[in-house]
Amino acid sequence: MKRFLLFLPLLVAVVIGIVLFAGIGKDPTKLESALIGKPVPEFSLRDLHNPDAMLDQGLFRGQVNLLNVWGTWCPACRDEHDDLMWLAMEKGVPIIGLNYKDNREDALVWLDRLGDPYRKTIYDPKGTLGFDLGVYGAPETFVIDAGGVVRYRHVGVVNENVWEQTLLPVINEVREDG
Amino acid sequence: MIRIVFVALAVLLSGLAAAEVADVYNFEDRAQEQRYQNLISELRCPKCQNQNIADSNAPISKDMRDVVYRMMKDGASNEEIVDSLVGRFGEFVRYKPEFESRTFLLWATPAIAVFGGLLVVAGVVIRSRRAGPDAPALSEEEKARVDKMLAAQKRDRPS
Repeated sequence: MKRFLLFLPLLVAVVIGIVLFAGIGKDPTKLESALIGKPVPEFSLRDLHNPDAMLDQGLFRGQVNLLNVWGTWCPACRDEHDDLMWLAMEKGVPIIGLNYKDNREDALVWLDRLGDPYRKTIYDPKGTLGFDLGVYGAPETFVIDAGGVVRYRHVGVVNENVWEQTLLPVINEVREDG
Repeated sequence: MIRIVFVALAVLLSGLAAAEVADVYNFEDRAQEQRYQNLISELRCPKCQNQNIADSNAPISKDMRDVVYRMMKDGASNEEIVDSLVGRFGEFVRYKPEFESRTFLLWATPAIAVFGGLLVVAGVVIRSRRAGPDAPALSEEEKARVDKMLAAQKRDRPS
């Protein structure tokens, strides 16, 4: 018993070490979405390209989509734009854009100049859908399954690395689920 | 010198005064305003790691304050307001997490630590009580060792 007590500090140190070690490399600024496993919130917003057309959550039905939240005010969105173009053009990934807290003219100029990787772009100038989705910093990219259910959220830029190591495996898994 | 200290203090304190973000909201009475202030000081800004939405200037915090205010005006309870934000942004936004199986250790750790400390204290007290105040400080075996050591010392250094 006395012998065991002598080893107690070592034991405590090892346990604390394991707990702290597990935290290394974790990015505390990346939060898991609260919407995972839940359907995309209901919305009714205008199409960025066509102000007369209304879009709603039915937009996500039928196939696995990426939902990319962006704005012209967001420097990191500029950063990932070329990679989104590559995903849409080379890989044929269907991406839906959510133009978040932006204005239409700037957004259209941006897409005109840099290319448009989006199948459709939802225009959300007040950020209502963004708020319902729990968006706290653009760019964010959601994986939405064919039934319109949120399956994954990536916070930060999308690039080749993120695509191959994070998004593609999630999409493959979602597709297998049917 | 004193003047410099005074200026430095004034600068520091002015920071404190400006820490609360001032929004223009109208409340029916002081109680409502107090309720609003309590709510926004218990909700955490998802963008800024460790700031409540009362202090934060982040746009997302402003949106969250707007929603808190609007829901209050619509007659929502505190629980409904917090739940609606947790439903969007996750448990992260709660500064006071719910008591559930996942947060059990978080809430129980202080009690466990105090209980453990009490056990240790009780153990020490009981042991010394059991030995009694008149108990010899050294056991027979220990006495024999001390005698041997003292004898050896005398032999090495004869006075």
